[in-house]
This record gives sequence, structure tokens and C-alpha cells, in this order.
Amino acid sequence: MTIGLGHYLAVGAILFTLGILGIFLNRKNIIVILMSVELILLAVNINLVSFSAFLNDIVGQVFALLVLTVAAAEAAIGLAILVVYFRNRGSIAVQDINMMKG
Amino acid sequence: MIFPALFFYLFSAVLIASAVMVIASRNPVHSVLFLILAFVNAAGLFILLGAEFLAMILVVVYVGAVAVLFLFVIMMLDVDFAELREGFLEYLPVGLLVGAIFLAELLLVTGGWVINPTLTKTVAVPIPGNVTNTEAIGLVLYTTYIHYFQVAALVLLVAMIGAIVLTLRHKANVKRQNISVQNARTKAAAMAVRQVPSGQGLRESDAAEWVK
Repeated sequence: MTIGLGHYLAVGAILFTLGILGIFLNRKNIIVILMSVELILLAVNINLVSFSAFLNDIVGQVFALLVLTVAAAEAAIGLAILVVYFRNRGSIAVQDINMMKG
Repeated sequence: MIFPALFFYLFSAVLIASAVMVIASRNPVHSVLFLILAFVNAAGLFILLGAEFLAMILVVVYVGAVAVLFLFVIMMLDVDFAELREGFLEYLPVGLLVGAIFLAELLLVTGGWVINPTLTKTVAVPIPGNVTNTEAIGLVLYTTYIHYFQVAALVLLVAMIGAIVLTLRHKANVKRQNISVQNARTKAAAMAVRQVPSGQGLRESDAAEWVK
């Protein structure tokens, strides 16, 4: 019973799908949407690292490091926008976010 | 050896179960805690793959920074989360449909692949066998891929400046030190000699004009 590349890719695919499902199910709660985006980026990282390991190429791990950086920056900026929005409107409902509408 | 397979199934089962709990949990605080569990198990998968450095970075960056940031924001904002959960079941059918289609497509793609045999000859940087994973990443990250490293640093810098600029606010009723105004103050601007008429004392109108 050896674990191959396909096993890791299946885990990544399931995790990615769960992230998309989370965005669909929690359409009103932007914090859970941000967490779902983190899950999606984690699935991407699992794919990159497993290809890196099974193709014996270190560059995949370097790129996974870059994805990790972008994910951290995205969480910081997203939560900062959320805090500012809550200060201005007193709610974080996604439906209310239409102030910038044309 | 049965242990790698055993640990793979353990880590991935807990990873997927906690990912389900992240999106299905009623309380966002529980969602964050399950997110931490998911990241720790993903770090376990990375260790199984031989990427120890990324596993440790995942724990440090996500559990130490991102998840705590989420927790701070959730606990700082006074939000009625029960209200935000309305419509959860309403979106369940379409969400499940899209999710099922997406998962089927992804599994078809990942299940039907064959690695091109010539691809293994065009590996960019092979993993060196005689050094640790951290050293192997460092050998290429600071030489061949130095520009990627600098781009990552710039992304973090922009994120840091953006977060500070977005959330910084000056309250009107809080006095702040203005150093340039202080340094620009001269003796001529700050002091004046006034002739107070003797025997009459300080009048209210003069005092209001002199003491500004």
C-alpha cells in the first residue's frame, strides 16, 4: 500500500472543493468566506508541494513559499478592510457592501 | 512500511474533516479553531512529503499569525453571527451541485494523469540528496530565485503598509504632539513683552488678546 502522487492530489482536490462550497454556503458571513479562501490556497500549496516531492524538483516548494506569503498578505488586508467597514457601517453583512456601486 | 500510509490517511482524514467543520460550524470562533487543526494536519502531510521547512513555516505563519488575526477580528467585532447564518440551507443545494461538479472534474483530471517521461529530464532544480530540506530551499531561494524572494518581501511590505493605513484613525479629542510645529516655534513668536497699566490690573479684554 504505497501512497502515490494521486493520493495527495485527491486530498488537494477535496480541500479545494470544500473551500468553494464554503464560499457558497456562507454567503452572508465574510469572515468564513476569507477562511474558505485560506483553505483553497492551502489546497494549492498541497498540490505544489506534492508535485515538487514526486518530480524531485525543489522549485515547487519555493513557489509554495510565495503562495504562502500572498495568502498571509491577503488575510491581513482582507481583515483590515473588514474592520474599517465594520467601523463605518456597524455590520459585516455581504449584502450591505454596495457603497461603491456605480 | 505501513506507517507512512497510515499517517497519510490519518492526516488527510483529519484535514478534510476539520475543513468540513470550518465551513459548517455555527460559531466562527470554532471555525478558526478547526482552521488551525486543518493547517496543523496539512503540515503533517508536508512532513510526509519531505518538505519540513514548509511544514514548520505553515505552522508558524498560519497558526501563529493568520489564525490569531482571525480570532482577534472575530472577537473584536460585535456581530450577530446567527443572523449571518440565515440562508445556509437555502444555498446548500446549489453549493452541493457546484461542489460535486467541481470535485468530479478535479478527480477526473487528477485520476487520469500520466507524467510525461521527458518531464523528469527537464527538472529545473533537482532536490539535492545530501543536504536538509531547509538548506536545499535556501540554496536556490537566495541565488536563482532571489527575485521571487524580493517580490514576496514587497508583497508583505505593501500588505503591512496597507493594513496600517486602513485601520489607523486619529481621534479629534486626543491631543497629539506635532514635532515640526514645535521645532518651528521661535522666541519672537512665543514671547512678547506687554505693558500693563499700573494701578489698574489686567483687563479681561487685554488678557484674551495677549494670551492666545
